[in-house]
Amino acid sequence: MAKACCGGSGASVRRVKKSSCCGSSEKASEQAQACCGNKDSETNQNACACAKGASFDAEWVTGRIATPAGDVPQAATKLTFKDTLGSWKCRWSINRMNYKVEPGIYAVGTPDAASPVLVTANYKMTFDRLREQLGGLSLWIVVLDTNGINVWCAAGKGTFGTEELIKRIKAVRLADIVSHRTIILPQLGAVGVAAHEVTKETGFRVIYGTIRAKDIKAFLANGMKATEEMRTVKFTFADRIVLTPVELVGTMKPMLIAFGVLFILNAIGFGHYGWADFYGIIGSVLIGAVVTPALLPWVPGRAFSFKGALLGLLWAAGFLLLNGLPAAPVFGWLKAAAYFLLLPALSGFLTMNFTGSSTYTSLSGVDKEMEIALPIMLFAAAGGVLLLLVSDFIRLFGGALV
Amino acid sequence: MKYLKNVVTLRHDIEKCTGCGMCLEVCPHRVFIPSEGKVKIRDRDACMECGACARNCPFGAIEVDEGVGCAAAIIMSFFTGEEPSCGC
Repeated sequence: MAKACCGGSGASVRRVKKSSCCGSSEKASEQAQACCGNKDSETNQNACACAKGASFDAEWVTGRIATPAGDVPQAATKLTFKDTLGSWKCRWSINRMNYKVEPGIYAVGTPDAASPVLVTANYKMTFDRLREQLGGLSLWIVVLDTNGINVWCAAGKGTFGTEELIKRIKAVRLADIVSHRTIILPQLGAVGVAAHEVTKETGFRVIYGTIRAKDIKAFLANGMKATEEMRTVKFTFADRIVLTPVELVGTMKPMLIAFGVLFILNAIGFGHYGWADFYGIIGSVLIGAVVTPALLPWVPGRAFSFKGALLGLLWAAGFLLLNGLPAAPVFGWLKAAAYFLLLPALSGFLTMNFTGSSTYTSLSGVDKEMEIALPIMLFAAAGGVLLLLVSDFIRLFGGALV
Repeated sequence: MKYLKNVVTLRHDIEKCTGCGMCLEVCPHRVFIPSEGKVKIRDRDACMECGACARNCPFGAIEVDEGVGCAAAIIMSFFTGEEPSCGC
């Protein structure tokens, strides 16, 4: 069975914990991040009151809850402006890969030994999406070390996985903190966690909660039963729109390079590029990275590249109409043909990249889509670039617009 | 929203299935449905090959070539020679 991305659970990246408490126990070499002596807990020789790596310093920590396993930081359920700003920055790819919460156990409200235990990832945005839904509740949150990646992606990589969960349960001494033996995982964490193996290893029964944090309250109130609706992943207009800035930011660098090349071609007297070329290309980038993703279910076709290329074709047609068609185009027929090839290919490629953001594309499907679409798009793009160069070449030698 | 038809690698072994319902719980696209004390595949094309069902089936009744349906990851893996893995 071909394993998930990143070599699956076995290969999960684990960095050595620099947490200062207690030093590690005999098992240290294997469980370096497990401070507070998981192995020695019975004898209690490590009577430190550290919070198993959980941070008390974070600005959203409002207090501490004493437990038999040491004090646990209490997290606020109201977000501050800074939290909101942090999430917003991530949506624009600013500091997105380094927005983390210290792994460990945290309290919400004033939980006791009978309170429910939720498990989540240590991406700060994930943690915030969860805690903001927990106002008025008292429970424990175990934060796994997923390298600051959200639950679903980390589960795909295996870092939100069986191994990390088992280690973390032992490291935070969960069995000493709660008297029951049930933990609630986000449903999408199931990609990386084998519930039966966790139970075998730790004695904790894994219950898969809801997909969305906003349903957790209802799930708990309903005796830990999720409705079909809570168990179904969606991809709404709002879900899609919020993901498009990252796509757009991702195009910035190659776009700057492309425009830089055009600028240089102009400067050396070879290129004939101006405002029309600029907005033509920018338009097809917006179509591919923003407009098509936003309109995804309403654009005909199933393959993402097809959807993007289709709207890209519409844009190319509109762009050419704006520039003289159906009469002679202002930049000549060669260039018009070039853009008719280039713009749809560009849009199609960018929308194809949105498969990674989508919630319903399979690896086999994307493989198949790419097998067909990639050569077509590359061919069209190469043809387009060639025509542009030919057009420039003709004009360079005093030829008329063709 | 549906992706491509007839591409998914999901396999369900009715002999090994005990009808425990774990796959019904974890599947984010409601691919399975209870049937005669066991489960059956309701909508194969809805499967995104995330692998949650296979991983959580205690009886090994489900197999799927799991992976990320991400074009950028596949392009990247083409260059690195590794399994596709999202950088997100």
